[in-house]
Amino acid sequence: MRACALFSSVLTALGFAVFVATALPPARAADAPDPAADAKAFRDYFVKKFPKVKLDDFVNGPYSMNEDMRKQWEEKEQFPPYEFALEAGKEMFATPFKNGKSYADCFANGGIGVRQNYPMFDEKEGKVVTLELALNRCREANGEKPYSYVKDEMASLTAYMAFTSRGKPFDIKIPADPRALEAYQEGKRYFYTRRGQLNFSCATCHVQSPGERIRAETLAPALGILNAMPIYRSEWSGMGTISRRFTTCNSQIRGVPLEPQSDEYRNLEYYLSYVSNGLPISGPGARP
Amino acid sequence: MSRTIGAIALAAVLLPATLIPARAASDADFKTAYAAADAAEKQAGALRNQWTTTEAALAAARKAAEAGDFDQAVAQAREADALAKASIFQATSEKEAWKALEIK
Repeated sequence: MRACALFSSVLTALGFAVFVATALPPARAADAPDPAADAKAFRDYFVKKFPKVKLDDFVNGPYSMNEDMRKQWEEKEQFPPYEFALEAGKEMFATPFKNGKSYADCFANGGIGVRQNYPMFDEKEGKVVTLELALNRCREANGEKPYSYVKDEMASLTAYMAFTSRGKPFDIKIPADPRALEAYQEGKRYFYTRRGQLNFSCATCHVQSPGERIRAETLAPALGILNAMPIYRSEWSGMGTISRRFTTCNSQIRGVPLEPQSDEYRNLEYYLSYVSNGLPISGPGARP
Repeated sequence: MSRTIGAIALAAVLLPATLIPARAASDADFKTAYAAADAAEKQAGALRNQWTTTEAALAAARKAAEAGDFDQAVAQAREADALAKASIFQATSEKEAWKALEIK
């Protein structure tokens, strides 16, 4: 009788343990990726480092850190240097392909006001798809040649699409797919990894030293750094895409740039965009 | 006396060595040095971490060899080899070291 009662208690305890184990969320290993916690820590770091800068103002890069530069930029915005690219992009976007279809057929909401959702994770392909990549895939699907990722046409198209999303907060999703989490984690790893003969990581400039000068440039904070893309850079005397920005950063630290839209750059863009979720799109932008 | 003779004998042995110029590098020396550098750079490429300076040194080595300046070609190839090996070391050590920079 006693043995029977003991057996019954053990069974009840076991049942309770199983119930608790299945009802609670799975325990997270100490170094398992936690994008939401990362994004919070990322934002908190910059807010604490620059208490006078309003959160949404981080998307204005160096202008949020330097009053003189800000005044010059505000004056320049009366006749912004990206205006020609914006106009060209609008026209390109509206011009049908040879088969009669257009960019609008490739995107949700006809491609208007969707920039804040890119990059997105394509669960079919198992990879990150950036806006630049989606635009070229749209072209190829409609029998057109892809544009260079680092030249004016792509910059113009993305400038127009960014413009239609101005003010909309970045809304990057990481679906419940281990490959998406891995892509995010790989992007993070790339961001913090030192490379090139100068032994710099992206974080060396844009986390450790925003607001500081490196030669003649004032470094932008990493928080919100992609919200203003594409940008007109006076240094380039022209427009630059995210691909151009990444490849140029790599060569400036004496690293051989990877191919534009390589998996590494796509993942990097995914990570950097995700940690800026909630901050408004401000592109196209202008930088010195 | 014997010390003086010893010093003279030592000088007699060492002096010619300083007067005879080192052997000029050959095409074969260049090819050996270049192959080693090129292999190291390919390894850096597999790690997705090549340096522009390595590429520049390799190009300079080829250019010097084409011009018949094998001393310079070997020197540039050795420079490229050292740079490529440094980039491999960087990529390898950064596999874990990047975590130290992460905002937490």
